[in-house]
Amino acid sequence: MQTSENLLWLIALPLFSSAILLLAGKRANSWGHIMGTIVSASTFTIGVVEFFAMQGRPEESRAVTQKLFTWISVGSFNVDASLLLDQLSICFVLLITGVGTLIHVYSIAYMSHDLDRRRFFAYLNLFIAAMLLLVLGDSYLNLYVGWEGVGLASYLLIGFWNQKPAYATAAKKAFVANRVGDVGLSLAVMIAFATFGDVSFSGMKENIDQASSTQLTAIGLMLLLAACGKSAQFPLQSWLGDAMAGPTPVSALIHAATMVTAGVYLITRSNFVFDEAPVAQLMVLIIGGITLLFGAIIGTAKDDIKKALAASTMSQIGYMILATGLGPIGYAFAIMHLLTHGFFKASMFLGAGSVMHGMKDEVNMRKYGGIGKFMPITALTFGLGYLAIIGVPPFAGFYSKDKIIETAFNEGGIKGLALGLATLLGAMITAFYMTRVVILTFFGNERWGHKDEPHESPALMLIPIGLLSVGSVASGYLLSRGESLVHWLEPVVNPLKEHHKELLPPIVVSLMTLAVVVIGISIAVVKYRGDQLDKAPEKVSMLTKAARRDLFQDDFNEATLMRPGQSLVKNLLNIDYLLIDGLVRAVGGVSISTGNKLRTLQNGYVRSYALLMVIGALALIATIWAVTA
Amino acid sequence: MAIANYLYLSAILFTIGAIGVVVRRNSIVVFMCIELMLNAANLAFVTFARINSNLEGQVVAFFTMVVAACEVVVGLAIIVTIYRSRRSASVDDASLLKR
Amino acid sequence: MINLALDIGTTAVPESYLFYFLAPLSVLAALGMLLVKKAVHSALLLAWVMISLAIFYIAQDALFLGIVQIVVYTGAVMMLFLFILMLVGVDTSDSLEENIPGLRPVSIVAAIGFGGLLVSLIGRATFGRPIYGLSAANADGNAFGIAEQLFTKYVFAFEVVSALLITAALGAMVLGHSQRSKSKFAQRDLSIARFRKNNLNDAAGLPAAGVYALHNAVDVPALLPTGKAAPTSISNVLQARGDMIESSTFQMKSEEEEEK
Repeated sequence: MQTSENLLWLIALPLFSSAILLLAGKRANSWGHIMGTIVSASTFTIGVVEFFAMQGRPEESRAVTQKLFTWISVGSFNVDASLLLDQLSICFVLLITGVGTLIHVYSIAYMSHDLDRRRFFAYLNLFIAAMLLLVLGDSYLNLYVGWEGVGLASYLLIGFWNQKPAYATAAKKAFVANRVGDVGLSLAVMIAFATFGDVSFSGMKENIDQASSTQLTAIGLMLLLAACGKSAQFPLQSWLGDAMAGPTPVSALIHAATMVTAGVYLITRSNFVFDEAPVAQLMVLIIGGITLLFGAIIGTAKDDIKKALAASTMSQIGYMILATGLGPIGYAFAIMHLLTHGFFKASMFLGAGSVMHGMKDEVNMRKYGGIGKFMPITALTFGLGYLAIIGVPPFAGFYSKDKIIETAFNEGGIKGLALGLATLLGAMITAFYMTRVVILTFFGNERWGHKDEPHESPALMLIPIGLLSVGSVASGYLLSRGESLVHWLEPVVNPLKEHHKELLPPIVVSLMTLAVVVIGISIAVVKYRGDQLDKAPEKVSMLTKAARRDLFQDDFNEATLMRPGQSLVKNLLNIDYLLIDGLVRAVGGVSISTGNKLRTLQNGYVRSYALLMVIGALALIATIWAVTA
Repeated sequence: MAIANYLYLSAILFTIGAIGVVVRRNSIVVFMCIELMLNAANLAFVTFARINSNLEGQVVAFFTMVVAACEVVVGLAIIVTIYRSRRSASVDDASLLKR
Repeated sequence: MINLALDIGTTAVPESYLFYFLAPLSVLAALGMLLVKKAVHSALLLAWVMISLAIFYIAQDALFLGIVQIVVYTGAVMMLFLFILMLVGVDTSDSLEENIPGLRPVSIVAAIGFGGLLVSLIGRATFGRPIYGLSAANADGNAFGIAEQLFTKYVFAFEVVSALLITAALGAMVLGHSQRSKSKFAQRDLSIARFRKNNLNDAAGLPAAGVYALHNAVDVPALLPTGKAAPTSISNVLQARGDMIESSTFQMKSEEEEEK
């Protein structure tokens, strides 16, 4: 395998930049954001250079590695800190650095009034470095470092405005939920080491025959748990909605385009495990199916525009996870949807940020309405993203989502039917809630309740949105033309062992999808046309109430995990206080009271000291008396 | 009469002196009691010299007397100094070490 | 094994009379020293004990020590004690009330226990060889024997002890020397103190006693302009003793009265 010396710079540059921005303090306030953006752009440049270099090489030798140093060398356990850039990683490198750079540019304007903009850019660069390490690591252990790094960056950025207790709590919640997933990843690494004696991707792939199906299933389920944590999949999905507490560029970059898709990357990267572990693969399908409907249903009831988009993100990642569960053919479609989603969702989040920017940070869609007139460019780009996500041809989402639905139906049997219907239903609900978002925000009566008219955002914000919109329009077509992405990824995800059969012709699936999308749009239009109130209606169905409460996910977590955990901790604390501290205090108390008693001997009177001498002499002579008896 | 009777007398005088040191509060009387204890010891030394048929015990008693004289000189000087500042000869009043 | 105390170590009969006469007296004197209230009485009783002990020394062939006991102890040291007693006040009698709770019974029990055990040990003691007394050692005289020991075998200890004596003497001098921490109260300070008082009545000094040719004027108060006697003009001590003479008895008689 070829080596490349450039890979280190992809990670080192943003990492150094982040360190400088954090350490330089106020001195960097005037130029920190510029440096952060330039560093991000240079990583993108390196990524592009590497991409074209890779394209120029024959298919077998496209992957490159770079060994940095020997990290762990204990007996038979050897881990090198080395990087691997192959066809799968380059997709992510381009997505992360490309979208990342655009969002850096956007943030310069969006965060211009924030006193802590320098720190924000330091965290963004830290995130870029960690995310690149995640996708470039050549073993699960290297990946783990990046995995934790993005978790940290996500925590720091969600809690960026941690002066508000609710935001700080949201950051903590995200961190804790991610930690549950991280336990899964660390267990997976441990089982892999116990099974293979090696945690690198290539080493495990070569020796996959050594492992029993039970071991592989265990690794697969643990990896799935990790993916659920990071990608906000059922049952660890509850943190994503609250993560919208972070600044909007963060929501766009981390909680829509890149970090939350790390779970999809993990499963795709571990394709060799899942292909040999059918049980784990089935679980992947089930989780993906549940989450895509779960997220979609929550999305229908949210009035907070960012939370609605977050629910949509959850649902779309559900699609991707479901696609990875479909086996070799699904991986490519998952990655394709991931890339197109990265474009249109980032564009929509930035659009939402633009609307908030013009609406004095108001996030409640019930207080929007008719903004299209005032912010035409934002409305246009948001609309393009909207068309992409609901899957209208020829926008990006159509190509990627359609393929997933098609592949789901092609799975055959009851399984195929169930998955296909779930994805179709998801598509319909997606169309419904996205239409709702668009109508409530850009059309209808003006409900913001103050005289100041919304204003369009500065060019520095609009240009990144525009570029992302181009991606959301064109990326789907480009990636699926001649199945280019599928062929590109074939060396990484095993080439198809058999030609997959087509139960339904693609055109039928596309028509069905379009039909449900139209139904979804129609329902939304019928329901939300005309003037709306600026308050959410009180009398709603049970389902809406449940969706507003995030389908009771927090209540469930609270009842099953938080309360028992708290009472356990409280009891342990009591035990600690009464038993352990009690022992310590008893020792202390005995010492103190003994000391207090003994202190009275030292009363300062010469005569009492003389008495002690007499008693000492008595003891001496009594000893002599006893010994010589 | 047994020579050991001198030793018994010495022990009794020593005990009385010890009680006096602890019980009496006038520092001069305390000092006198210390002298009594020293003298009791001297009596024992002299008796031991006689029992051992050599003069070493008497020499030790002689040294004891010299040391006792030194001790009295310094001790009484201390008493006078304390009396000068505290106007009291009671050993209980000189209890500044209490805290 | 020969029992020292009972079988061999016995004394001649006259010495035993001496012992049985003096020993109880010295124990009584020691107890008295413990029990009497006045320190001077204690000192006298201690002197009695010391003289008894000197007699015992001489009886036990320790002539030199007996003389030293009388001259140094009873003569010098006890005089020193009495001297210090004079200095700190003869009548500072010791109150026999105990103010450290529990000290007295505990100390008496402990000390008596100690003495009892000591006596019991002496009773048990044995000695490996017969006792010949000191007649051989004192052949050239007791003082000669002790001097021989002191200036040969114990010469180093002797020199050290002499150094100790000099040190003790110097130490006593250092302790006895007192330096004034404040300068003496002089006329200037008195004057300042008078002006610092709240009223200026005495600012010019107290009035002098009245001066009359017929009497020593120290105990006769001066007369104020109003004709009354001024009590501040005579010493407080004289007033307290009542040695004050009415100054009116020395008052000059008016011319009219003279004529009569």
